[in-house]
Amino acid sequence: MKIIACIKQVPDSEAKVKAEGGQVTWGDAPLVINPFDEYAVEGALQQKEALGGTVTALCIGPESAKEALKHALAMGADEAILVSDPALANLDSVGAARILAVAIKKIGDADMVIFGRQTLDDGSGVTGAQTARVLGWPLLSLAASIKVQDGSVTVDRVIEEGRQTVSGKLPAILSVVQSIGEPRYPSFMGIRKASKATIPVWSLADLSENAPASVVARTELMNPPSEEVVCEIISGETPEAIAETLADKILAEKVL
Amino acid sequence: MKSLVYIDHFKGEVQPASWEALGLAKSLGTAIAVVFGKDAEAVAKTALEYGADEVLLADDPALEDYRGETYASTLSALASSSTPDLILFPTTTRTRELAGMSAVDLNSGVLVDITGLESEGDPSTALRVIATRPIYEGKVLEKTVCNAKPQFVTIRARNFPKAAYEAGRAGTITKVEAKTDALTKVEGYSATEAAVNLGDASVIVSGGRGVSNNPSLTPPNGMDEKQAELWRAQQGFALVTDLAKLLGGAVGASRAAVDAGYITYAHQVGQTGKVVTPDLYIACGISGAIQHLVGMRNAKLIVAINKDGDAPVFKQARYGVVGDLFQILPALTEAMRKKLGK
Ligand SMILES: Cc1cc2nc3c(=O)[nH]c(=O)nc-3n(C[C@H](O)[C@H](O)[C@H](O)COP(=O)(O)OP(=O)(O)OC[C@H]3O[C@@H](n4cnc5c(N)ncnc54)[C@H](O)[C@@H]3O)c2cc1C
Ligand SMILES: Nc1ncnc2c1ncn2[C@@H]1O[C@H](COP(=O)(O)O)[C@@H](O)[C@H]1O
Repeated sequence: MKIIACIKQVPDSEAKVKAEGGQVTWGDAPLVINPFDEYAVEGALQQKEALGGTVTALCIGPESAKEALKHALAMGADEAILVSDPALANLDSVGAARILAVAIKKIGDADMVIFGRQTLDDGSGVTGAQTARVLGWPLLSLAASIKVQDGSVTVDRVIEEGRQTVSGKLPAILSVVQSIGEPRYPSFMGIRKASKATIPVWSLADLSENAPASVVARTELMNPPSEEVVCEIISGETPEAIAETLADKILAEKVL
Repeated sequence: MKSLVYIDHFKGEVQPASWEALGLAKSLGTAIAVVFGKDAEAVAKTALEYGADEVLLADDPALEDYRGETYASTLSALASSSTPDLILFPTTTRTRELAGMSAVDLNSGVLVDITGLESEGDPSTALRVIATRPIYEGKVLEKTVCNAKPQFVTIRARNFPKAAYEAGRAGTITKVEAKTDALTKVEGYSATEAAVNLGDASVIVSGGRGVSNNPSLTPPNGMDEKQAELWRAQQGFALVTDLAKLLGGAVGASRAAVDAGYITYAHQVGQTGKVVTPDLYIACGISGAIQHLVGMRNAKLIVAINKDGDAPVFKQARYGVVGDLFQILPALTEAMRKKLGK
């Protein structure tokens, strides 16, 4: 089984992200592997354990994104590849999907490519589906569990209306949700291995590709209107008295 | 501007935000509803009642279950022949994929989960839209455009007014061809984890780890510690559910509650769960970690009930009660019941 996990690097979710001078800034907050993509790596490692094979972590990003790839290596991935090129700075999701598809083909012989549910920064949750479309492979998204048998993969998907079981032939594109299982912590050995690893960097030239034209473009960046919420603590002698006051307050807000 | 509006439904149950997308399209010009499925005529008729200028219906046994490949191929073919300026979708698990895949087919792009939209220039002729979308978990907003046709846009539930409903309104339903080449097969479905439509709920009452914290409840004999905890959590969530039901709302949860097995993942609000925008959000026994707050802080009114007066959730709440949810919740449900005359 050759499995690829697609990961991105994003600012940590505790980071104070702001719009400043038309740019997104996050001070000195750390950049981390996109939390959803940790589940993708976890899902890939589970399949490797069940079926044998290898896990390759794949990322499009700047040089600094090697740190996110190292996290995947420390968790247990066998190899990591960074696609990096100045011309890829403003990729939209269709562009990212086209580049990922080329990289997946260049890695070669993949049976399964696992995506996270969505990124924390852009948060579109579409790149996996788009990569499947570009490659013409089956898409099995939002998997809470994965089972491979006889050249097919079956997943339990979490959708608004419940759980759905869907199958498709390998090679296939998957995305996973949190229910796949908590991402394992990097082991001491894993961290040592990752710190020594050399991560190949592929440029557009290495992929024999031109930069895809970005159709989606940002025209403005804003900070959300800051809402100073002042919390009014409701107190009273008894729970009933508190409830009475709180119910009146809620009704007075006319939200019901 | 001419828009196609994808009406998202599951076995005939329409995701209500579809009508919000339809309302938005009508405010921009011509709004043509698109319905896919098997025996989906009823959905098409409802779309007319919500004011669609016309409905394009692909009705085919092969479209019984949503699958990315068949639905995207059907939509892409339709969009190529009817040349809309814009294709609008409610944001759902299905439409993120569908819009994304069809955008690949048509060499366009997709603006996902937007919360605001304006059109450029004169509304009657404007052909380009500018969308506002929260990024970085809503910490920053961007305005963004799609510089190709059709522009694919999915809208976040409860951020645009619904189209007006007029019972019995009739109109043209045009049958269109379904593309049926599939790569995946739907083997089964279970609703066990379901019936939570957090995205569309106007009221959400959520429980966190605190729902299991009632030492005075004595679990039935013979339970080990974990079973007793789950049993307590059930009692806690019953109180949460009572209030949610009374207010016609949905039950939400923190990740700690989901991870501890108190309730299923479908209920989870937050960064790795669902981002919601209800009118009223009541957080019970939830500390208010940033990953939870990013999922609910745009609710119109937030109320928090927590034992710990220093819990960060109070920084986000308009009203707070420092107290035991096992005492406050039943009293609040009762007080509400009286005041609402139910
Ligand atoms: C990558 C990542 C993603 C995450 N995604 C999410 C997400 O999507 N959603 C999410 O919710 N979390 C998420 N988390 C987890 C988050 O950081 C918190 O751990 C979680 O939200 C805590 O849940 P909680 O508030 O229920 O539990 P706790 O933090 O344990 O809080 C329980 C609260 O209940 C109160 N309490 C106890 N007993 C009572 C009582 N009887 N009456 C009243 N109050 C009581 C306590 O005072 C306490 O404040 C994520 C974390 C990470 C790292
Ligand atoms: N730059 C990238 N490099 C590698 N994988 C990515 C990249 N961007 C997105 N992905 C993958 O696509 C998923 C969905 O991303 P998005 O559509 O941006 O929400 C992520 O969880 C990743 O698995």
